Amino acid sequence: MSQTVMNIKNLHAKIGTKEILKGLNLELEEGKVHAIMGPNGAGKSTLSKAITGHYDIEVTDGEIDYKGQNIVDWEPEDRALEGIFLSFQNPVEIPGVNNAYFLRTAVNAKRKYEGKEELNAAEFLREMKKLVEELGMKPEMISRSLNEGFSGGEKKRNEILQMMMLEPDLIILDEIDSGLDIDALRAVSEGINKMKDGKRSFLVITHYSRILDYIEPDYIHVLKDGKIIKTAGPELVAELEEKGYGAIEEA
Amino acid sequence: MAQENQELDRAVSGEYALGFEIDIEEDKVPPGLNEEVIRFISKKKEEPDWMTELRLKAYHRWLQMEEPHWGHLEYEPIDYQSISYFAAPKKGPESLDEVDPKILEAYEKLGIPLEEQKQLAGVKVAVDAVVDSVSVKTTYQEELLEKGIIFCSISEAIRDYPELVKKYMFSVVPMNDNYFAALNSAVFTDGTFVYIPKGVRCPMELSTYFRINALNTGQFERTLIIADEGSYVSYNEGCSAPMRDENQLHAAVVELIAMKDAEIKYSTIQNWYPGDEEGKGGIYNFVTKRGLCEGENSKISWTQVETGSAITWKYPSCVLKGDNSVGEFYSVAVTTLAQQADTGTKMIHLGKNTSSTIISKGISAMKGQNTYRGLVKIGANAEGARNYSECDSLLIGSECGAHTFPYLESKDAMGQVEHEATTTKISDEQLFYLRQRGINEEDAVSMIVHGFCKEVFSQLPMEYAVEAKALLNLTLEGSVG
Ligand SMILES: Nc1ncnc2c1ncn2[C@@H]1O[C@H](COP(=O)(O)OP(=O)(O)O)[C@@H](O)[C@H]1O
Ligand SMILES: [Mg+2]
Repeated sequence: MSQTVMNIKNLHAKIGTKEILKGLNLELEEGKVHAIMGPNGAGKSTLSKAITGHYDIEVTDGEIDYKGQNIVDWEPEDRALEGIFLSFQNPVEIPGVNNAYFLRTAVNAKRKYEGKEELNAAEFLREMKKLVEELGMKPEMISRSLNEGFSGGEKKRNEILQMMMLEPDLIILDEIDSGLDIDALRAVSEGINKMKDGKRSFLVITHYSRILDYIEPDYIHVLKDGKIIKTAGPELVAELEEKGYGAIEEA
Repeated sequence: MAQENQELDRAVSGEYALGFEIDIEEDKVPPGLNEEVIRFISKKKEEPDWMTELRLKAYHRWLQMEEPHWGHLEYEPIDYQSISYFAAPKKGPESLDEVDPKILEAYEKLGIPLEEQKQLAGVKVAVDAVVDSVSVKTTYQEELLEKGIIFCSISEAIRDYPELVKKYMFSVVPMNDNYFAALNSAVFTDGTFVYIPKGVRCPMELSTYFRINALNTGQFERTLIIADEGSYVSYNEGCSAPMRDENQLHAAVVELIAMKDAEIKYSTIQNWYPGDEEGKGGIYNFVTKRGLCEGENSKISWTQVETGSAITWKYPSCVLKGDNSVGEFYSVAVTTLAQQADTGTKMIHLGKNTSSTIISKGISAMKGQNTYRGLVKIGANAEGARNYSECDSLLIGSECGAHTFPYLESKDAMGQVEHEATTTKISDEQLFYLRQRGINEEDAVSMIVHGFCKEVFSQLPMEYAVEAKALLNLTLEGSVG
């Protein structure tokens, strides 16, 4: 068995007074693609927010070990700098903030953290333009305000663009395929597949199996009512398609 | 959530970095206001009799007026008899070498290069620096004079260009326009005078830095800018004041006149001392600024970034008299700590096909209270007048407030007026998004705030936009723990 990049143990988490994650266990292997499937409202997005340190989530018990350290009390930016990236289900719009300026700030924050030299505007733009083209985004996206007035598909491509520029170690994709037409889906999954290098790990969160035809998972985990109730190989997808989540019982 | 708010508060409460005091001997009159004080000021300034008489006339008007209290502002009554109305540095410098090194040092701390050679980002900037009530040094004056451009202190203008001053001073803001304007008319001590002759495009940004230094000194500048037919000028005013624990009064008057086809761009970066978290100290800033688009196709554009003062009462306005004339108002007003700002604009449409644009961005943090008050008035003959107003408020934290009072008076059913207003909170989602990308909280807040202000910053000359951004960071950021 390969190395564990993240080990979530008995995670309990609340939003407000409501407990959403109820003793969740999940082990993610380095270099592998893990898919989390589950019905709407099961707590999938909550899990992604707990891992990345969103303010809404209060972890009341359990651990999130990442690269051997419990990160439950870390600031969101520290988790990001250590290589955790979340592609948001609904990326927020930030008016007036230039997309390229934002992304260069983020890339340079990471480079600085890693002791690398910061990229100047020209170097950065060259790289960004190349990826914008690869992802089939309009060149104007470079200088538009961050996510402002972007279509659903454009927002998701922009998330993938950020992922590719930031070169994270653990990539969480929350409903990356929602709102994507087939061309966008292809472009986005190509971008994701290109990031697979045997070291980098993926957590693909979805309630539709469609995306899994494009990004082949190594493991399938079923999340229901705040817990992982089943873990299996990719063959589970077909079974879920056929029988639905209702038929899956806790192992 | 509550904890998150506190963190935000900490993140946004910057120390007032310009709160140092220039230690120079002051020459000032004892506190209080009467005819004698006015005569003293006029004499000190070596003014002709006609000016002394005008001052006295304004003083008597002022005595009959009452301090206005319609603003959304709360403050202790101002004791006008406890204020000293004149302070001048004792040394009267002739050249830069004679300028008190301490003043130069203070300017250096403010980041203003006073030497003529120093070019700010490759652009020549002529600086008329005002320390308390006397213009210390006007740079570039000679080079400008070759083009017929007059750029000097208002006191010099009264002595050297009396005809221009007599014709235009009080023509846009009458001496009895309002309480504070009347007070200013009686006791104004210095300020800037600009005249751009016909067809001349002013080759550089003109700039004045005001600085209130002396204890208990009111500062009353008066600025008059005249752009003759077909001319253009961009003028920048920047202000800061040292830290005090008593409130000081600042009541300035600015008059702009744009003739046919002329354009005036007036930018302000205001960073007077805001007072402390309880509102103690800080500048009371009661300012009357008005521009007259006298001729056809003239244009006046106000851009202001207001980050300082305990109290701000300020409504830069445009009187659009000439047909097809254009008025613009772009404003960022920040209130944090216990600051209160009641600011906005008036656009008075008198000529045909006149148009105006109002973009107002209010940012409130901590206990700051921010009020936008705007009037769009369309006169009976202003056929085809158009106005577009956009007032956006950004709240940081939960103890601050934003208020919007747009007024419209239209005598012309043909006028076209659009108004949009939004109030948003810096959302946790935006903050989290940026932090998830590895950007620290402080940088994330400033990125969101700069984005919010973008439409206004883009109106500022480049170097000033950079300064405005730095100032916003200074105002809104402290040390994130
Ligand atoms: N901000 C919130 N406030 C209150 N409840 C929330 C919030 N976000 C999510 N929830 C609730 O938490 C549960 C899990 O939501 P979520 O993690 O978004 O589910 P999924 O992503 O699996 O569809 C749902 O019942 C949802 O209503
Ligand atoms: Mg979800």
